[in-house]
Amino acid sequence: MDHHRRVDTEITTRVDGVTRTVLVDTRTTLLDALRERLGTTSPKKGCDHGQCGACTVLLDGRRVLACLTLAVTTTGKDVTTADGLAPDGHLHPVQQAFLDNDALQCGYCTPGQVCSAVGALDELANGHPSHAGDVTTDPQLTRAEIAERMSGNLCRCGTYTNIITAVEQAARA
Amino acid sequence: MRPFDYLAPTDAATAVRTVATNPTATYLAGGTNLVDHLKLGITHPDLLVDTAAITTAGITDHHGGLLIGAATRNSDIAADHRVRTRYPALAEALLSGASGQLRNMATAAGNPLQRTRCPYFQDATTPCNKRRPGSGCAAIGGHTRGHAILGASDHCVATHPSDMAVALTALDATLHILGPDGPRTLPCTDLHRLPGTDPTRDTVLEHGDLITAIELPHNPLARRSRYRKVRDRASYAFALVSVAAALETTDGIITDARLAFGGVAHKPWRAYRAEQALLGQPANDTTYRTAAEAELTDAQPLNGLDGGNSFKVPLLTRTVIATLRNLDQR
Amino acid sequence: MNAIGQDIPRRDGHAKVTGNATYAYETDVDNAAYCALLQATIAKGHITEIDITDALALPGVLTILTPGDVQKLAHVDNPELAVLQDNHIAYRGQIIGAVIADTSEIARHATELIHLSYHVDDHDSAFTADRDDLHTPKALVTGAPADTTTGDVDTAMRTAPHTIDHTYSTATNHNNPLEPHATTALWQDDTLVLWDSTQGVHAVRTDLAEVLRLRPDQVRVICPYVGGGFGAKGEPHAHVVIAALAARALPCRPVRLALTRAQMFTLVGYRPPTVQHTRLAADDTGALTAIAITSTSPTSAMREYVEHAAAPTRMMYAAPNRATRHRLAALDIAVPTWMRAPGECPGMFGPEVAIDELATALGIDPIDLRVANEPEVDPETGKPFSSRNLVACLRQGADRFGWADRAPRREGDWLVGTGVAAAVFPAFTNRATASIRYERGHYVVEIGAADLGTGAWTVLPQIAADALGVPLHLVDIGIGDTTYPYASVAGGSTGTATWGSAVLVAAETFRDKFGTDPTEGDEAEGSHDTGPFNEHYSTYAFGAQFAEVRVHADTAEIRVPRLLGVFAAGRIINPRTARSQFTGGMTMGLSMALHETSSLDPRFGHVINHDLAEYHIASCADATDVQAYWIDEEDPHVNPLGAKGIGEIGIVGTAAAIVNAAHHATGVRVRDLPLTLDKLLPGLP
Ligand SMILES: Cc1cc2nc3c(=O)[nH]c(=O)nc-3n(C[C@H](O)[C@H](O)[C@H](O)COP(=O)(O)OP(=O)(O)OC[C@H]3O[C@@H](n4cnc5c(N)ncnc54)[C@H](O)[C@@H]3O)c2cc1C
Ligand code: SF4
Ligand code: FES
Ligand code: FES
Repeated sequence: MDHHRRVDTEITTRVDGVTRTVLVDTRTTLLDALRERLGTTSPKKGCDHGQCGACTVLLDGRRVLACLTLAVTTTGKDVTTADGLAPDGHLHPVQQAFLDNDALQCGYCTPGQVCSAVGALDELANGHPSHAGDVTTDPQLTRAEIAERMSGNLCRCGTYTNIITAVEQAARA
Repeated sequence: MRPFDYLAPTDAATAVRTVATNPTATYLAGGTNLVDHLKLGITHPDLLVDTAAITTAGITDHHGGLLIGAATRNSDIAADHRVRTRYPALAEALLSGASGQLRNMATAAGNPLQRTRCPYFQDATTPCNKRRPGSGCAAIGGHTRGHAILGASDHCVATHPSDMAVALTALDATLHILGPDGPRTLPCTDLHRLPGTDPTRDTVLEHGDLITAIELPHNPLARRSRYRKVRDRASYAFALVSVAAALETTDGIITDARLAFGGVAHKPWRAYRAEQALLGQPANDTTYRTAAEAELTDAQPLNGLDGGNSFKVPLLTRTVIATLRNLDQR
Repeated sequence: MNAIGQDIPRRDGHAKVTGNATYAYETDVDNAAYCALLQATIAKGHITEIDITDALALPGVLTILTPGDVQKLAHVDNPELAVLQDNHIAYRGQIIGAVIADTSEIARHATELIHLSYHVDDHDSAFTADRDDLHTPKALVTGAPADTTTGDVDTAMRTAPHTIDHTYSTATNHNNPLEPHATTALWQDDTLVLWDSTQGVHAVRTDLAEVLRLRPDQVRVICPYVGGGFGAKGEPHAHVVIAALAARALPCRPVRLALTRAQMFTLVGYRPPTVQHTRLAADDTGALTAIAITSTSPTSAMREYVEHAAAPTRMMYAAPNRATRHRLAALDIAVPTWMRAPGECPGMFGPEVAIDELATALGIDPIDLRVANEPEVDPETGKPFSSRNLVACLRQGADRFGWADRAPRREGDWLVGTGVAAAVFPAFTNRATASIRYERGHYVVEIGAADLGTGAWTVLPQIAADALGVPLHLVDIGIGDTTYPYASVAGGSTGTATWGSAVLVAAETFRDKFGTDPTEGDEAEGSHDTGPFNEHYSTYAFGAQFAEVRVHADTAEIRVPRLLGVFAAGRIINPRTARSQFTGGMTMGLSMALHETSSLDPRFGHVINHDLAEYHIASCADATDVQAYWIDEEDPHVNPLGAKGIGEIGIVGTAAAIVNAAHHATGVRVRDLPLTLDKLLPGLP
């Protein structure tokens, strides 16, 4: 096998509303493209294997894990990070609710939590079911539903109880 | 991770030929398992062929059943009202798996093709017959809490991790496949293999075979189906054991049943013996227990550094009972 | 005007919810190079050959560090830091090389192209508490002796009407802060700048300067934000030295190094398992006549670490006959370290379950049993407690939790029970200096402190504002930089008390020097020193943990729908951040109770479940209702601030409360953590 093959590819992606063109390796994940090549460090790397949720971004509006997304597959797509949810520093209601409820400590999981919450509330509004409810009926906004839907975002600081309250507050706002 | 080329073809037949003739090529769908494996050094393809434009996303009515396009996201399958009402076990299985983010990425075809979570398989520095044929099975004599109690071999004791595949197996789903020789279908029950002497192969698919769709057959029984997953964490964890079940009773007597188990074998385990044992019997705990025990007579729990996995035998039995009882009371 | 005690939102909150807070790896530098580590795949032996030709030939590879081919490092106390000095391998996963390349993809790929040959020695990584080569450590990290004895426990055990004699165990736990350890390093003009994810910038500077044979002023360490640490970032580990060596090899080019999650399981420490042989003897009223514990743990042959799990038994309850012992097995394994409430966290598991067992055996309420055994003075030192409000915590917690009506019950498919346990953590302080400068109408406080999510960014200004007598918004703060005055590591729950005390002194000095009408540029420093503030007292924080546990009657799945803690931890500076510290600790305690266990495979010598899918930490659905309260406590004896430290006590006792509740729900007594369903299943009907 040819180890020296150069596999650089140019991709054009909208990141937080701005069209960005960047040279990536075919191996480059969306997460590393953002953090190491575009200087967009809002999404965090907690595990790099889809096991923590810290890298959650919205891809064409849906929450996904940037660490398991190859950057080459995102050409022409729209990426929103937690930073992009607060244009000009005006916090998104979810972000404000996180602040209000002290739903953060070290802050490392927080941008991913915020993106995930935005995506989760959207899914809930669209009637997507979850493991916390009965799939044959429409889901309701309960703490159990929020907790289940936010479970793909680990927080080692243990802010979960406040996160649930924050997401509930944002949903009712 | 070694370098690879990336192709995003638009013609399925050409793509199939490309992969079929290149042993180091592989399909990329949601990437949630494949990209993980690239990083772990479990697989080293030279070429990734993106399936996004050669498979379809969406669910269509099909001969009274449903046809799920291979590219349909796990979350979209679970959100579909037809799936939720006509095949609730499938929706439940999908929703019990992974996380919201992962389900938005993972595809219908990728999910059943995900590979074992055996920790030794995932640690490229330890021996593993599945990863490196002939190197030995590090799980045997190691930590076996998550491993198989049914159908394992001396070569591999891994379990298949998919929840979706367990539901598909119980619901008699069929795969639509495009191979180098053209399209064909394959029952989901026949997709996965037992490890035998060649654990490198998880399924009967040939290199280059492209899954194009999953067909759910018309079956009123499926409306009364459930998926019950038992795991260590309340969410975001693989199954210790799981049960997909469908049950039909008339005047308290079981007239039809489907039963499949997850977390206990190298493949989703269709429990034919247990199904037989249920038919014609009164719908009660004793019957359910007898049926579960019939299926588990051949169970071979493993010892292990962590105490092994013999707990899976009573756990599965009790989960079967609880699931069927719950279905009957629905 | 009183900023202390106010519910002030985090100053760093906005930056964190948008993701703009910059962590070590994210430092904005130009033209960064990327460093990837090579690790040993044997547990003991040495490297006989290392061939880097292929790796070096890979386009984009800049340089490769290999054993024996780097700067000769100074000998320091911590052998972990002596990286790449020779071919010797002491544990599986040890760093044996590093590739620096233009991109992280290339760096990682190149590590796969390095070819190694080893000479393999037999290794010994299997821990059991009955090994015949256990040894007694010289002392505990606190300086206390490894063993203590008062009276005659054996006789008391023989003669008492009621005894408990069981072995309890806690599992290996990995700290796993969500931000993997990371360093961005730059060597320029004979100075080294390290943006490092650490609990203490000055500690990193001291160690790195020493090991690299540099003057301290040649090393600057910067860390404004830390994505958690829980002890694992309490001192620099080997990778920081690698980052520094890499930067030195590429002058003027910044090098980024982040550990992978898998590497976090070998390179940055963990809480070793403990096996706790625990004995209690009591009379018919429940008064203890003896309490004893022997705690046995593994440590690394490379560097000794003592998990002082027998220590809390020395001071917790009254009993005339007492014995505590620590034993160690030195193995060929990675080096353990502090993890949130080292000693107390595991050490309050066995004894607090044993107390519950005794209460059950005697038919006495477990709260009453604890109250009955309150000591008048510290049984270990004979000194009075500066404040000890355990009873108040238990009583208030019982009220809030609804303890009175606690008969176990069945709700649908679930068996429901409740449990309680006590918590304790020592209150001490360290050394720190703070400066205050008057600048454009603001008071700028600077101190090399760290905010791990603990709230330093927010609470230190509160302390300064009150001490200076100015509104909070006039106080600015700088932390996490060695250009600021020396601050101790954020560890041992000493941060706020230590740094806050230094800020208090600095404020007083400032006012003494410059009065209330300072001029631009006026600056004063103040320091707080280590050592007991008042040596006549024993100083501890206390708490009571209450848990509701549900066990599924069919599958034995375990849920903790409710956790409630009440703490007595001195003065609370900011109730918002304090509550988060308590509930965060409790949530981690829940995680320890139900999930966490690192599975070491002694055949290989490393932990095999080295990721976050296999090593479970609690998820959101596991911890939906965790509440913390506290007793208003004035303790003038602990330190000038009267604050006892709150970062660790929340994790103490949680696991015992949960295990006790599970017993209450099911009648099954589990003595080994984690409490997983397979342990309850055999006891269910
Ligand atoms: C942290 C974590 C937790 C998880 N938890 C669960 C869980 O609890 N339960 C569960 O069931 N799953 C779980 N998963 C696994 C997840 O569901 C699978 O990774 C996912 O379903 C795979 O789908 P994909 O589209 O991403 O596949 P990919 O990763 O893209 O591909 C997987 C495999 O399928 C092949 N392939 C893909 N599409 C086709 C096609 N059309 N034809 C032929 N071959 C194809 C690929 O070549 C590859 O070999 C978890 C994953 C992670 C990372
Ligand atoms: S059980 Fe199978 S996958 Fe796991 S180590 Fe053995 S051979 Fe490999
Ligand atoms: S970094 Fe992507 S899930 Fe952890
Ligand atoms: S706030 Fe630290 S990991 Fe969530």
